Amino acid sequence: MKFKTFAMFVGPSVFLMLLFIAFPLVAVLVNSFQVTQPVFTTQEVETCSAGFLQQTCTTEVKTIPVLDENGEIITTTKWVGFSSYANVLGGERFTRALSNFDFGAILAIDFWKALRFTLTFTLITLPCVLGLGLAIAIVVNNATRAIKGPVIFLSLLPFIITPVIGALSIRWLFYGDGIVTVWLEAWFNTDLSIAANGWAVEFLMMFYRVWHVAPFAFVIFYAGLQTVNQDTLESAIIDGASRWERLRYVVIPHLMPLIVFITLIHLMDAYRAFEEVIGFSSESLRITLQYLTYDYLQPDDAGNRQISSASASAMLTMVGVIVLLAAPLRRTWRDHRG
Amino acid sequence: MSDASLPRAMRQPFSLKFASNAFLLFWLLLAAFPLVWVLVMSFKSPVDAFSSSAADVLIGPRTVADGNGYSVIDIALGILVFWLSIKAATKWLSPMAAGDGFLQKVFSWAIISVGFAALFILGFFVVAPWVAAPLNALLGPLGTPVIGLTAQHYEAVWVENAFYENFRNSMIVTFGVVTVSLTVGTLAGYGLARSGSTFAFWILIIALIFRALPPSVLVAGYLPVFINSAEILRPFLGENAPTLYGQPLAVIAVLVSINQPFTIWMLRSFFQNIPVDLDESARVDGCTHFQAFRWVIMPVMWPGVITTGLFSFLLAYNDFLVTSLLLDASNQTMVPAIAGYFNRETTTTDQVEAIAAAVSITAPLFLLVMIFQRQIVSGLTAGAVKG
Repeated sequence: MKFKTFAMFVGPSVFLMLLFIAFPLVAVLVNSFQVTQPVFTTQEVETCSAGFLQQTCTTEVKTIPVLDENGEIITTTKWVGFSSYANVLGGERFTRALSNFDFGAILAIDFWKALRFTLTFTLITLPCVLGLGLAIAIVVNNATRAIKGPVIFLSLLPFIITPVIGALSIRWLFYGDGIVTVWLEAWFNTDLSIAANGWAVEFLMMFYRVWHVAPFAFVIFYAGLQTVNQDTLESAIIDGASRWERLRYVVIPHLMPLIVFITLIHLMDAYRAFEEVIGFSSESLRITLQYLTYDYLQPDDAGNRQISSASASAMLTMVGVIVLLAAPLRRTWRDHRG
Repeated sequence: MSDASLPRAMRQPFSLKFASNAFLLFWLLLAAFPLVWVLVMSFKSPVDAFSSSAADVLIGPRTVADGNGYSVIDIALGILVFWLSIKAATKWLSPMAAGDGFLQKVFSWAIISVGFAALFILGFFVVAPWVAAPLNALLGPLGTPVIGLTAQHYEAVWVENAFYENFRNSMIVTFGVVTVSLTVGTLAGYGLARSGSTFAFWILIIALIFRALPPSVLVAGYLPVFINSAEILRPFLGENAPTLYGQPLAVIAVLVSINQPFTIWMLRSFFQNIPVDLDESARVDGCTHFQAFRWVIMPVMWPGVITTGLFSFLLAYNDFLVTSLLLDASNQTMVPAIAGYFNRETTTTDQVEAIAAAVSITAPLFLLVMIFQRQIVSGLTAGAVKG
């Protein structure tokens, strides 16, 4: 294919990716070093109220934003270097906590709290997703043919459902006097309040993620199980391998590329976890890195969005993505080189 | 597969079979229970829906007391109507809408579902109550209400809270995203699958990096530009420069671009399964690259396009982050709109309405899995097979 034809085919897609992915990335990088603020001016204001014999007057110095001729607030953009980063990372509080070796204080800072949770979340859900997915695939493969269709249908539901709603449907089972909480309370004879307990909420968020992603792992492992070499399995039986040994030494090595694939996809997706925070309303207890950026972007009570801090936290999130992808990308590059 | 046909060593002891099936049952319960429970809750009065007794949630004594009870006869009639309308839809409507091509199939499915819905609504809300009322009065104990079901929350959500507006916005955004990303994506996927150049390799690698980017990183870049776009674009477009913030079209462009890396990877792997000989023979016959693509490759590519379209649909339909940040309240889509319900959850009525809204959002997805199960499975495995 000539380069010109290739460019015609790929052009629109590359244009969109440049305009809406590459360009915003550069904009975020630039924004993270700048702060845009309204210009303020100080003004003396004398307010008088009626009093007996004479008025009581007070003079105050007020800070008010400067308006231009259209009545809009004038803003200036200042180059602030790394101060937005320092702000997101916790600045003074962080260095003080670090010098005291006070990890509790570090984890009270939003960014470190989000980082801690995101990493724990990603690393704990990964083996659960792989294990549960493989178990379901083996069990379905073992089931009678007639029920496989309906079983796959039911299993796909948690995967296909809107993430926020999936999280909500689990939240409604547990929060308040949810039915499962009532059962647990009756079983252990205690009083539980799930929504107020950070660790319980953290567990529910992980449970939701495993419930949501396990079907994806299941479908891929199930497809992989169909291509296991039957001859190898039979030779293993003749050699006297037990069921467990056959699984361990024949089936799992065969599925290894799929395990790597699911691991990569899951690491990418769990690292940008976000919907859990919305679904479980865990803003005050547990937040993720992506939620941190989202939170800075949300307008506050005065309608201002902290674009600069959002950009800084977005760039810090990017660092994690690069670390995550470094190993697989190097492998792909080696494969391509030949 | 019967046991006798298997070699002895492959046969499984009863205990293993039992454990295997028990685990399967456990997983199915785990997968379906939250969804089924939410569905049940959405039809009950708030007191029943949040009752601490499971039996109360299922039967709904309070809902019955509110006059929304149904007797055994009502239920039997309801099931009869359901069964008859399925029968009628498959027997009369399917032959009418039979066809070979993909478009005909979509069309026939649409006709069948519309016909089914019409029959069902007519039977359920007009004929069944008309027959049931005198029967209930006649039969005494069989006619007393045993189970409570009410559609009042759905009515509140869709009619009073104007959820149909959010539904319409969702449809605009998803339709736009699916059509644009498939058009742009098939072209790029084909180009990338047929070119072995290093440039193509680099595009794919960069797309993979883009695939891993959290959308919030990108939205942080869009927001300031979108909010001030009228001023930024004024020198080029004059006085009618648009403010992109809050525009569904801008959101469509953003979602298409964010999903583009995923789309081109998936379509490329589908195009690679189509033998190159096919284009080459078309080229020998005098087609240009584009003609070969349009008249030779696309007709055999439909399954891949449908599968990718399904995933684009899901990505756009399920999106919360981009739509909630880039659209304002007046043209919000369904998923962010639901957040409004549980932010103001002061009363249990609000919560049950949130549940009804959640079920409303899930219902189309449920239908989608039912119709396209095979395509979804093939799409999930498409990327994985190559490793």
